[in-house]
Amino acid sequence: MSTFYDEVQEIRARYPEARSAILPALRLAQERHDGWLPREAFEEVADALDLTPAYCRSVASFYDMFHLEPVGRHLVEVCTNVSCALVGAQQVVEALEQELGIEPGETTADGRITLRLVECAGGCGWGTVVAVDHRYREPVRAEDVPGIVQELRNGG
Amino acid sequence: MAAEGVREIVLAGSKDRDLTKLAAYRAIGGYELLARAREMAPQALIDEFLAAGVRGRGGAGFPMGRKASFLAKGTGKPTYLTVNADESEPGTFKDREIMFRVPHRLIEGCLITAHAIESTNVFIYIRGEYLHEFEILRDALEEVHGAGLLDGVTIVLHRGAGAYICGEETGMLESLEGKRGQPRSKPPFPAVQGLYASPTLINNVETIATVPKILELGGAEYAKLGVENSAGTRVFSLSGNVVRGGNYELELGASLRSLIYDLGGGIPDGRQLKAVIPGGSSVPVLTADEVDTALDFDSMAQAGTMLGSGAVIVIDDRACMVQLGLRVAQFYMHESCGKCTPCREGTRWLVQILHAIEDGESSQDELELLLDVCDRILGKCLCPLGDAAAMPVASYVNRFREEFQRHIDEGGCPYGGASSLDHVLAPVDQHTGTPVPQEATA
Ligand SMILES: Cc1cc2nc3c(=O)[nH]c(=O)nc-3n(C[C@H](O)[C@H](O)[C@H](O)COP(=O)(O)O)c2cc1C
Ligand code: FES
Repeated sequence: MSTFYDEVQEIRARYPEARSAILPALRLAQERHDGWLPREAFEEVADALDLTPAYCRSVASFYDMFHLEPVGRHLVEVCTNVSCALVGAQQVVEALEQELGIEPGETTADGRITLRLVECAGGCGWGTVVAVDHRYREPVRAEDVPGIVQELRNGG
Repeated sequence: MAAEGVREIVLAGSKDRDLTKLAAYRAIGGYELLARAREMAPQALIDEFLAAGVRGRGGAGFPMGRKASFLAKGTGKPTYLTVNADESEPGTFKDREIMFRVPHRLIEGCLITAHAIESTNVFIYIRGEYLHEFEILRDALEEVHGAGLLDGVTIVLHRGAGAYICGEETGMLESLEGKRGQPRSKPPFPAVQGLYASPTLINNVETIATVPKILELGGAEYAKLGVENSAGTRVFSLSGNVVRGGNYELELGASLRSLIYDLGGGIPDGRQLKAVIPGGSSVPVLTADEVDTALDFDSMAQAGTMLGSGAVIVIDDRACMVQLGLRVAQFYMHESCGKCTPCREGTRWLVQILHAIEDGESSQDELELLLDVCDRILGKCLCPLGDAAAMPVASYVNRFREEFQRHIDEGGCPYGGASSLDHVLAPVDQHTGTPVPQEATA
């Protein structure tokens, strides 16, 4: 497996300016650090792109898909924007809260599943949209929730 | 089903066939127009766009040919084409379907447009959440590269990372340059100083995916589709309280009523139509009485609203309009980039006041204050995000004033917990900074 540094150099070569590679580099770093960005991740990105770690952190903090705190092994994200809300997103959220025993923004005690609310995911006509590890499930109803959670618990 | 106004241009051929592979797209004539375009002088192509009268499909509706002709010439710098695939306006999911059904039509559109503006550098900025669509486009680009169709043009697929404001064109440019996606003040306009301070054309996915068809039909012929000032088709995203939500490509000027009741199958569960948001959550609402407004730029303007991103959100009689306003305001508050004060502070005020009205903790003064705050946002922000929050909220008050008034008079929500939007949690409500339990990370 190539090193993080080398992979980032490859990405960097696609852009006229190195800094443009910061989002792909942060994404890659996040994948390599269990789904979040600890301090070392910013140091690695900064090193690979000739930036400072503080700059990298300030950029990462602007974007919702970068996590500055540890997250669970699986990410369950529910859209609660208007179109999904009109067709029962809140009931889906409540079913997930109950099934997982946590509230949105939290992670189960075994570190397995993080539940998050997100803004419009771009599947409004097929709502409620739930993204499980970034793969969309459309539509999800409250009664589908136990099956989804079971699948994640079985899957490791 | 009386499918009034259905006409497939952008999505043509994609419903009964899988067009995601190069061979399949070529089998229906794909990339032939690119070959033809490359034989043409760039200006001749721009003339076709102008003749077509095609207006941008991203939200603002600016004529595409005119924007292309504003590009600064002879600057000694490269010219860039950046395609806006950040699609995040609530209610909108059309660019996504275009990308997963006809990725090659988008790529062919990029290559033709690049030739028209004499650019060899294309960026497609796709929202980070669209993983499946990213993979489809990436694979399509690999095939195009392998088939030698790029002819010296590079197309970089750049993934965003979750920020609505990066759909605003200058926020997108900042993000592409590796910064926080905060909009720039204009001028200078991107046509003069855009990406890397070079002339840049920015267009929406649907706009660019229309380009091959404009060439196929000829600009003048394309202009005959639709109605005056609204040429061509649009892919409308239908969602909310409707039986068959989904994307429907219609000629502009089509009937909103027919979209909701014929194509969409009407309102489910025997409920009544209460309101329609015709162009994404940032536009003013229409009441049920206005459902005969035609789906074109001018008709919507006459009705005091906008076609926006083409996202039609149907709302039935179970929804509380104060809760709707609150949820919409929460979104824009969450997405405000924080750079300018009226937007950063104003969106927070909107949320607080709407919360108070919903909870029955407000007086008459606060209803006036709500409208006053909207006024202080409108037209006073660095970019249109502030307006995107203030316009819909003001419209809910103006068109459903009686419902707002009842919240104040009755000391709370008249729906008494029975609204379809009751207690809906927004991302701004969720816990933040709650770390994974220690034992799990050890
Ligand atoms: C806050 C905000 C968000 C926007 N989001 C998008 C978007 O997600 N996609 C898009 O194409 N245009 C979006 N726009 C419009 C763009 O700024 C720009 O007008 C558009 O991409 C130009 O393409 P067009 O002329 O082909 O429509 C947004 C504008 C604002 C103010
Ligand atoms: S509102 Fe949920 S995906 Fe758009």
